[in-house]
Amino acid sequence: MSTLNSNVPEGPLKDKWTNHKNNIDLVNPVNKRKIDVIVVGTGLAGASASATLAELGYNVKTFCFQDSPRRAHSIAAQGGINAAKNYQGDGDSTHRLFYDTVKGGDYRSREANVYRLAEVSANIIDQCVAQGVPFARDYGGLLDNRSFGGVLVSRTFYAKGQTGQQLLLGAYSAMNRQIGRGKIKMYNRHEMMDLVKVNGKARGIIARNLVTGEIERHSAHAVVIASGGYGNVFFLSTNAMGSNVSAAWKIHRKGAYFANPCFTQIHPTCIPVSGDHQSKLTLMSESLRNDGRIWVPKKLEDAQAIREGRLKPTELAEEDRDYYLERRYPAFGNLVPRDVASRAAKERCDEGYGVNATGDAVYLDFAASIQRYGTEQAHVRGLDENDGALVKKLGKEVIKAKYGNLFQMYYKIVDQDPYETPMMIYPAVHYTMGGVWVDYNLMTTIPGCFAIGEANFSDHGANRLGASALMQGLADGYFVLPYTIGDYLSDDIRTGPISTESPEFDQAEAEVKAQIDAFVNNKGTKSVDHFHRKLGKIMWNQCGMSRNAVGLQKAIKDIQELREDFYKDVLVPGSANEFNEELAKAGRVADFLELGELFAKDALERTESCGGHFREESQTPEGEALRDDVNFAFVSAWEYTGKPSEAVLHKEELKYENIELKTRSYK
Amino acid sequence: MRLTLKIWRQENAQAKGAMVTYPIDNISPDMSFLEMMDVLNKELIEKGESPVAFDHDCREGICGMCSMFINGEAHGPDRNVTTCQLHMRKFKDGDTIHIEPFRAKAFPVIRDLVIDRSAFDRIQHAGGFISVNTSGNTQDANAIPISKHAADTAMDAAACIGCGACVATCKNSSAMLFVGAKVSQFALLPQGKVEAADRVQHMVDQMDLEGFGNCTNTGACEVECPKGISLENIARMNRELLKAKLF
Repeated sequence: MSTLNSNVPEGPLKDKWTNHKNNIDLVNPVNKRKIDVIVVGTGLAGASASATLAELGYNVKTFCFQDSPRRAHSIAAQGGINAAKNYQGDGDSTHRLFYDTVKGGDYRSREANVYRLAEVSANIIDQCVAQGVPFARDYGGLLDNRSFGGVLVSRTFYAKGQTGQQLLLGAYSAMNRQIGRGKIKMYNRHEMMDLVKVNGKARGIIARNLVTGEIERHSAHAVVIASGGYGNVFFLSTNAMGSNVSAAWKIHRKGAYFANPCFTQIHPTCIPVSGDHQSKLTLMSESLRNDGRIWVPKKLEDAQAIREGRLKPTELAEEDRDYYLERRYPAFGNLVPRDVASRAAKERCDEGYGVNATGDAVYLDFAASIQRYGTEQAHVRGLDENDGALVKKLGKEVIKAKYGNLFQMYYKIVDQDPYETPMMIYPAVHYTMGGVWVDYNLMTTIPGCFAIGEANFSDHGANRLGASALMQGLADGYFVLPYTIGDYLSDDIRTGPISTESPEFDQAEAEVKAQIDAFVNNKGTKSVDHFHRKLGKIMWNQCGMSRNAVGLQKAIKDIQELREDFYKDVLVPGSANEFNEELAKAGRVADFLELGELFAKDALERTESCGGHFREESQTPEGEALRDDVNFAFVSAWEYTGKPSEAVLHKEELKYENIELKTRSYK
Repeated sequence: MRLTLKIWRQENAQAKGAMVTYPIDNISPDMSFLEMMDVLNKELIEKGESPVAFDHDCREGICGMCSMFINGEAHGPDRNVTTCQLHMRKFKDGDTIHIEPFRAKAFPVIRDLVIDRSAFDRIQHAGGFISVNTSGNTQDANAIPISKHAADTAMDAAACIGCGACVATCKNSSAMLFVGAKVSQFALLPQGKVEAADRVQHMVDQMDLEGFGNCTNTGACEVECPKGISLENIARMNRELLKAKLF
């Protein structure tokens, strides 16, 4: 075990980033034209980084597995993006956003990174507006805000329920401008298969053309991994079907440490699982908790009657409902952070108060908001505030304007009208705070290999606050990496083009081809999904919302067995030289089968509870998470040694110089 | 539910394709259409046959990756949804379902139901952006007030997911709804007005170059658009183009 150096600059917190930018080496514009950078992934982080790097003058090669960069899964983010603009004049500031993020992350993130994130957040909004992102506006023409969980101000900017889509299309448009100019060469339907290191430095990748199956070599002076999170290790998650850990895992195998893999966000408001055929889960934006109230029946017999279809939720009297978040956490109520809300829902359902056929669902009810908005509208328009039907109609219109697309989505999936009956929701895997370890410059432990956005670990600690993922993706891509990468590349101005004809490229390509051939020739009996679903079950049952030592040890053993079985019995139809989705999936699941084991190992070693990581052995008498700052105020960065559960731990001590470490309370 | 599927199979872009019939059983009405396809593919794989290739990713109606022409309609019989949001409850036990790729000269088939929509990307490269650097040295976001109406209308246009249902539906394979939506989003906002004339000309030129057809105002695209993009956007694009050419 060693101690990691995060390379955080000296000086007062608020001056670190400015001073750092003033002191790092730059590459002059003529030399930038001689330098190639590879970016893997085109979500908010990858697209924004590609655009900015190209604009600065670097030659950028960008890869995505989708048929267009615009389809990366950032597109599906719904609720909004945080920024410390304080447009609402409600006391927001850079410091408050910084504080909320560190506290929300349960004091397991790096102070200096989070402060920088808060510092550049306001700039993101300016940038996006200049690009034509149609954020919601009020009647005066100024930008509107909403509030999200875990904070007491309104700092979230939004574009209906499609904020991620609009921000990604903004970054995609900035990319398009550079693609048109020839500064970005875009490789759609390509998958990164491995990283190539030359003399210890990241110098390129091996990629597979997913249409033809061709294996390609691409060289560069630096490689940026922006491939998102690994929530799909659970099989069922709100991630896209293709979202995977492979790019991050490949660099881990080549020497990049993987940090805090067990820090996973289980989002409280998703549409519950309906059956075994389920292929993915759908999120209902956290913004709904602005207007929805979460409850279950107070009496067990009512819950049972509802489950059996004998009682409708709308028939249950107010006094027979348990608004458990408002009851337990009066200060934050329905807007407690995600980890707290998820655990509270699980607790009620485990006690038998669940409301759908499977017993794993709680209500998210808009009736009170419809009433409140309707009354307000009737008043504004001078209509009869006592006319129940009119008030309801007006109230529904307000709710529709705010969340129309989410309500429509719910209706299409569940076949129930959420304007008339409360939504049923349950927690689901949504985001992974853990990821590739990076220093202050966003560089991994491999020189020249960087990780940005959800793929890295740095900003959200053990729990991410709502509307902060979009903020981090764009901050890393637009405003942080393009500066810090220059410091590294300034040593490369005399290197010249990197050849792909070298023993290192030969070897990496041979290994990739060997794995592909092994899959295609395996001729087992079970499909890739069969193993992926099994892995997901192990993860959800043993490494989900609540974890204990016995379960985690079992998970490690079960995953090892499953992995062995996978290599013996997986069936990949077709050949290597064609469009073959099963083959692509096989490679991804192989990596999930390793990551899952490291995940369980990390969760086993961290015997404290913090944020999304809840160890049953470490809780208060009221059942709240019990953190252990004496023994666990560090980042666990794992070094690959061949077998995931034998990975070597390196610690980055977390020092809190500007915020006092204290117990998180939302009561 | 028990169903009969008639699916377009085509090994690659050069191969000749054909409809192939697959019976399928034990389909739950709560499954999404793509989950039904997953069931079929699992059966095919375990029988040693090649699974049906289709594009899909987010499975929540926003990435625009899924396509499929189902019983003669882009994204199937339901309204305002993509194929991934279509549920089997929209079909009846015993139904025969015809499944084909989106067809257009500009969207060649890659395999089975997977098509190449890179023509859409190239139209965007030609002008689908505002020429502002991403350095962050822009003015404060609230320095340009934008009327709520303009912002909302721009947002409605920007909701396009680029799936290509409009092209597949149009008898002329026209991409005007797609291009009109992007042109409109920027034309409605003050930030986009500066280069509006160049933008619309470049995008329309590229659209023609890609081999998309013309608009003859049948309005079918609007009906089949999963995001309800309005025909007004085509009218606005034509106005912008006329303005650009006249002034």
